[in-house]
Amino acid sequence: MVDLEEKMFTKRSDGRKFGEMRPMEAKVGVIKRADGSAMFKIGKTIAYAAVYGPRSLYPKFLQNKDRAVLRCNYNMIAFSGSGDRIRPGPNRRSKEISLITEKALFPSIDLKAYPGSVIDVFIELVQTDSGTRCAGICAAAMALADAGFVMKDLVSAIALGRVEDKIIVDATKEEEDYPDGMADVPVAMMPRKGEITLLQDDGFLTKEQLKEILELASKACKEINKIQREALKEKYKE
Amino acid sequence: MGKLLVKDKDIVTPGEELAVGMDFLPATGVFREKEQLIASRMGIVNVSGRLVKLIPLSGRYAPKRDDIVIGRIMDMTMSSWFVDINHFSDAVMSLREVKDFIPRGADLSGYYSYGQWILAKITNVTKSNSVEIGMKSPGLGKLGNGRIIKLNPAKIPRVIGRQGSMIGLIKEKTNCKISVGQNGYIWLKGEDPEKERLAVETLYYIEKEAHKSGLTDKVGEFLNGRLGGKDVHKKK
Repeated sequence: MVDLEEKMFTKRSDGRKFGEMRPMEAKVGVIKRADGSAMFKIGKTIAYAAVYGPRSLYPKFLQNKDRAVLRCNYNMIAFSGSGDRIRPGPNRRSKEISLITEKALFPSIDLKAYPGSVIDVFIELVQTDSGTRCAGICAAAMALADAGFVMKDLVSAIALGRVEDKIIVDATKEEEDYPDGMADVPVAMMPRKGEITLLQDDGFLTKEQLKEILELASKACKEINKIQREALKEKYKE
Repeated sequence: MGKLLVKDKDIVTPGEELAVGMDFLPATGVFREKEQLIASRMGIVNVSGRLVKLIPLSGRYAPKRDDIVIGRIMDMTMSSWFVDINHFSDAVMSLREVKDFIPRGADLSGYYSYGQWILAKITNVTKSNSVEIGMKSPGLGKLGNGRIIKLNPAKIPRVIGRQGSMIGLIKEKTNCKISVGQNGYIWLKGEDPEKERLAVETLYYIEKEAHKSGLTDKVGEFLNGRLGGKDVHKKK
């Protein structure tokens, strides 16, 4: 373990290289009654996603005659974190993440194919460390593909960051809480064409650093995409 | 020169490249992006000549015109019924679309009442996904006593088989009357309750194994195994 009081950030706490991700695992079809479901695990973070739809949407004024409505719900379960019990139900943070998840997945699905309906995506985090929104997006993308939706590409997401002058891929909780300030940059993209669907940042970055982050993100997302696709195919292996 | 990047019968995921070049043409479940053909959903690749097609593995029922469906009367107005056809919006059946003679102002529940299962045909699907169904063609109408099961609509083509080979096999072996709706509902009725149960089991078996090849033979073996290797007709 790195002593966090030490000024220079030269090594990562779990011995990874700066550009290396935590070990990942993915599984599809984990929830029987859902139309599509998936589990995505990265390090200690585990996300489950269940997709229902296209199904009817009421009250009627919420319906859109031209396309389906996408509804996402992100939730951390009560004892998923390492700290205190999380109060159940929506809060400011989970509502924001639900919204950005929705926007990250929105461009990948052909919603015009299901006018007047709703697609519900439920993301549950049963164990959290860091990069929960990205794990949630990865799981949701797989669940959507499993449910048989018409899609352009499979969305993959990863959280990058800057600690001191080092750009790191897939920050851990300790790195996120680095005392001298760090920048946390979650990125979601459709790797085939490199279209970015989510880009957030809290912390200062120079132009060069942001460029480096986006380059590393595209490399990491391609790797995640491979794992997602393998998991989807695994369901139908003999 | 075009190049195929996947093999026939491969399972592909959305966004996967299937072929390069203008020699290949995109069919259902595939779209073109410049030179490339790309899968737009989960499915099994089917290459026939220049056409590259995807057979979906999952997904809810998407109504198409002329599909035969099994539905259930959910509600009615003065001039039409609303039928649940396993789609997100209920289908509308106008009183003009049934064979019965219905006098003006008659109570429609006297003809097809709440909860009645019917076999109907889709007459129209509008752009905004509202569905109209009718029962004017021969063979359509009320479904009598029997049992209804629900399967994933994506697996229904395998249940029917090529020119009805699979469903014919089940009907023959189990001596059941079976009506299959494209929307995933299946109605069946057998003389022998044991064999009716076997037919249901077989249908669930097909749903589970639908993505595998040589299914008709497997189902034949499955049925023969359950029937103790004896031929149904000889036993009688």
